Amino acid sequence: MRLALFGGVYNNYLALRAAIADAKRRGVDGMYCLGDLGAFGPHPDRTIELIREFSIPCVQGNYDHSIGHELSDCQCGYTDPRDNYFAQISFDYTLSNTSAENRAFLRTLPPEIRLNVHGRRVLLCHGSPRRTNEFLWESTTSTAFLERLAEEHAADAIFATHTGLHWQRGLSGGRLFANVGVLGRPANDGTTRVWYAVAEFSEHGRVEDGPVCTVDFVPIEYDHRRLAREMRAEGLPEEFVETILTGWWTTCMEILPAKERRRGRY
Amino acid sequence: MSVRATDRACDAPLIGLSSLDELWFQVAGTRCNLQCAHCFISCSPHNKTYDFLTLDDVLRGLEAGQRYGVREYYFTGGEPFLHPQLVAMLKATLEVGPATVLTNATVLKPEWLEELAAAEQGSPYSLEFRVSLDGPCPEINDPIRGAGTFDRAMVGVRRLVEAGFLPIITMTRTWDMEQDTEIVARFREVLAQQAGYTRARLKILPRLQIGAEARRTCGYRPSERVTAEMLEGFDRSHLLCDHARVITDRGVAVCPILLDFPDALLGRDLDEAVEQPFALCHGACYTCYLHGAICSNPAVAGTRRGASAGQSDPATDHPAS
Ligand code: SF4
Ligand code: SF4
Ligand SMILES: [Fe+2]
Repeated sequence: MRLALFGGVYNNYLALRAAIADAKRRGVDGMYCLGDLGAFGPHPDRTIELIREFSIPCVQGNYDHSIGHELSDCQCGYTDPRDNYFAQISFDYTLSNTSAENRAFLRTLPPEIRLNVHGRRVLLCHGSPRRTNEFLWESTTSTAFLERLAEEHAADAIFATHTGLHWQRGLSGGRLFANVGVLGRPANDGTTRVWYAVAEFSEHGRVEDGPVCTVDFVPIEYDHRRLAREMRAEGLPEEFVETILTGWWTTCMEILPAKERRRGRY
Repeated sequence: MSVRATDRACDAPLIGLSSLDELWFQVAGTRCNLQCAHCFISCSPHNKTYDFLTLDDVLRGLEAGQRYGVREYYFTGGEPFLHPQLVAMLKATLEVGPATVLTNATVLKPEWLEELAAAEQGSPYSLEFRVSLDGPCPEINDPIRGAGTFDRAMVGVRRLVEAGFLPIITMTRTWDMEQDTEIVARFREVLAQQAGYTRARLKILPRLQIGAEARRTCGYRPSERVTAEMLEGFDRSHLLCDHARVITDRGVAVCPILLDFPDALLGRDLDEAVEQPFALCHGACYTCYLHGAICSNPAVAGTRRGASAGQSDPATDHPAS
């Protein structure tokens, strides 16, 4: 059993379309999205329409909650004034360009999705199982903490997004945590690729037999130049366009821990 | 020794621990090589109110921390680098989780930093340095932190940068808020020029009007307190005491801010202290309420599921070290 897990799309409907095609080519058994359909990129309705067209079950991210309920900000949890300045530009743009029908759709999304795969308990959430906008970075999340989350939330495999960077860690008893990354913007690695995850579950379903599943992170190439053109045409900040074209984050970075920050350019 | 919720002198709202996410070590006690005029626990070379922790205290803390599923560890004082075993402590921490150390950067030795950089490289976890420096020039910083401290701290920042770290520079705001942008811009330039630090991470913190700072300026007015009404609908995860405890040589405290108040000590050990709620009856609690978990790195500040981000700026950084 193989599942395609998409993280934040951030209005990058071109990357989402490419990822759906890639997942179908791989013959996955299901596709899921972990939330944050909006932000950053152009034409929010196009992403939501793809999600609806392919009936992709989707967790409600902080962005989806904010846009759905027409709140005043994205609840991303940034703390730096410059980060918040840029976050607000994306948010105002996304809110004013999301149709009422699609806002209603965003309100219907669940805060988490639970699956039973070969008897193993799979939890799909946005930030963390306990908080939609909690950032689970690889370098600031202890294994003991992940063990506690798995225990408290009764899950053998936990999948999250929200940070923009993909990583995974094996836990005791074959359990696992993975941040599936995002389709919305590159992973601050100097390439224009974006990422999603394919989780493969074996049929044994017993703890003694090894890990719940293996997770592969899949890079996606898509027409990022076209996305950049459309972002410019929509009057979105040149800082965002630069990220799409260079693969380096230029905004919303003060939240990055030391190790993750060091890997980037800025 | 701990003041129980039932015999407290004030009727402030109680806050219990919702989850032990951060474990702090008051590793240098109240001992510091500096004696800043705004230090909220009045640290100095002679203040022995709290003493050093031993390496063993820290190792036991890390063990308990793992039992509780602690996410991140913090080291503070006083000046943590006065402790001869701090490097060993940080290395042990990086084996089990992320570590942050709050320092004034005036006593850093390049060989320690090299050793720590190697340890961090071999760990999946970040080692964060938070350097307290109270402005972009000696004219603003030195009257508060002491003559010559700006230049000495800049040497420390340069050493950190040379060792490959990206320290977070935290400034306590002693100017008008409108000047923030200008101060930050000036500081960026100065850090690039004088410390070779071109990707500076900067945070501005509010003052905590207790300890030496209460004597320097003024304390809190009696009306500046957290009330039960204020907590209605408030996301408590913005307060450090909601998800942290501090190991000191005198027991376990509710937060690193209130160490001078006897009620801050909640138990002899962690098991005792996690059970104890705390009455938010101090003026400093009011600052936390307004500004969020000022002591934590921003990554941990967030809101619970479904709750609105609301409340001002949810986190900045450490008040003083
Ligand atoms: S000072 Fe802040 S962290 Fe400490 S008990 Fe009061 S509110 Fe909590
Ligand atoms: S503010 Fe920090 S550096 Fe200054 S005296 Fe207090 S502990 Fe020492
Ligand atoms: Fe998010």
